[in-house]
Amino acid sequence: MRPLRLYLVQRVTAAIMVPLVFLHLGLILYAVQGGLSAQEILSRTQGSVFWGGIYGLFVLCASFHVSIGLANILQEWTPLKRIAAANIAHTFALIVMLLGFRAVYAVVF
Amino acid sequence: MTTTHKVSIWRGGADGAYAHYEVPARESQTVLDVVTYVQRHLDPTLTYRFACRVGMCGSCAMTVNGVPRWTCRTHVSKVTGGGELKIGPLSNMPIIKDLACDMTEFFEKWQKAQSRFVPTKTRKDPMERIRPDTPARVAANAGIECINCGVCYAACDTVAWNQDYLGPAALNRAWTLANDERDGGWAERLKAVSQNGGCHSCRSHQSCEAHCPNQLNPAASIAGLKRLSTSAYLKGKLK
Amino acid sequence: MFKPHRKPLWYAAMVHRLSGLALSIFLPFHFLVLGLAIEGEAELDSFLKWTDSPLVKFAEMGLVFLLTVHLLGGLRLLVLENFAWRDDQKTIATFAAGASVLAAFAFLFQVV
Repeated sequence: MRPLRLYLVQRVTAAIMVPLVFLHLGLILYAVQGGLSAQEILSRTQGSVFWGGIYGLFVLCASFHVSIGLANILQEWTPLKRIAAANIAHTFALIVMLLGFRAVYAVVF
Repeated sequence: MTTTHKVSIWRGGADGAYAHYEVPARESQTVLDVVTYVQRHLDPTLTYRFACRVGMCGSCAMTVNGVPRWTCRTHVSKVTGGGELKIGPLSNMPIIKDLACDMTEFFEKWQKAQSRFVPTKTRKDPMERIRPDTPARVAANAGIECINCGVCYAACDTVAWNQDYLGPAALNRAWTLANDERDGGWAERLKAVSQNGGCHSCRSHQSCEAHCPNQLNPAASIAGLKRLSTSAYLKGKLK
Repeated sequence: MFKPHRKPLWYAAMVHRLSGLALSIFLPFHFLVLGLAIEGEAELDSFLKWTDSPLVKFAEMGLVFLLTVHLLGGLRLLVLENFAWRDDQKTIATFAAGASVLAAFAFLFQVV
């Protein structure tokens, strides 16, 4: 049932990210008015449980979503075998996740 | 006045090439008529498949000007627009010779998907009454007119990219059986279509729906299988 | 050799896959930049100064398009797979692409 589980994780993370991406897009359009500054960004995020939670969840979902999507692309578009494609994609996604949590840590704490 | 069609037909195996022919134009001429003319009058060694000539048997599908089609139900005038007619075998299947492709794997995948009816009654039981208006029967009816021509399989990019993928036709059949209340094979079948290359490999390009000569929608059937397998899995019925 | 003609929904699927691929390659860089804040506000600010150039803003507009088109295309797929089938998928896919272009231009108007 591995393909079904991967499918499920891919779609569930996608569904969770739908409102998160709408929020993120809205925030982008709002925040870029008058240019971005570190002070503006950090004043919003530092110590904020809300933004920390939102972006923590976002990073978690995005890494799983990337992992599965990338594995599919590598398997279908390169000569790589399924296991090799999955290993490369999972490694990449792990890096995305670690960098993501580091970024959330950087702007929240 | 006799006019002719310029026709290119694939000759040979995978390393073959297009050969060129001039075929007299006729009224209401189908692509299959053109292929038949070439074999009878120009080159008797041309290999192709057909049987019924009226869109019932599913054996004459070929790639016509880049599009997989039933040649018997395709008028030449509809596809050439006055230009050249280019006829090749279906893609995604090995070429045997000329316009005949090897459909062995296509049919093996039907078996792999457990796309066969598993009876739950014997001949001693009375005939089961099936109401035509239940949602399951309506769903089954929407997909049962498939005649295994292989057009959807040839049109599918996922089949080209993923050699394990069972393909639209086999999965469409699995979905119609899943909605057949007389069938008893659902557990094995759901398991079979949830393996590597099963319904979850479908990328919803909907090329199957776009090309099916019977106007079926295998992509919708596969989406149904995705829902069915997911709900069975979440209920713990699919291990 | 015998590849079938491409249909509009095939392009929709390609846009979804390629935008997803591009976004996943962008993500580590995005996170590295935000991670600069660990070393202090000044570090992050010096990078943000660089992003003020019109060329970078143009690239960011592309990113907004990619994110929106992947979001709306993905939403279309989720609906397609999980709810009763709708036959007007071409219209929905076109709408998703159109809305994404609008979002990208909205971004452009915000930054200029």
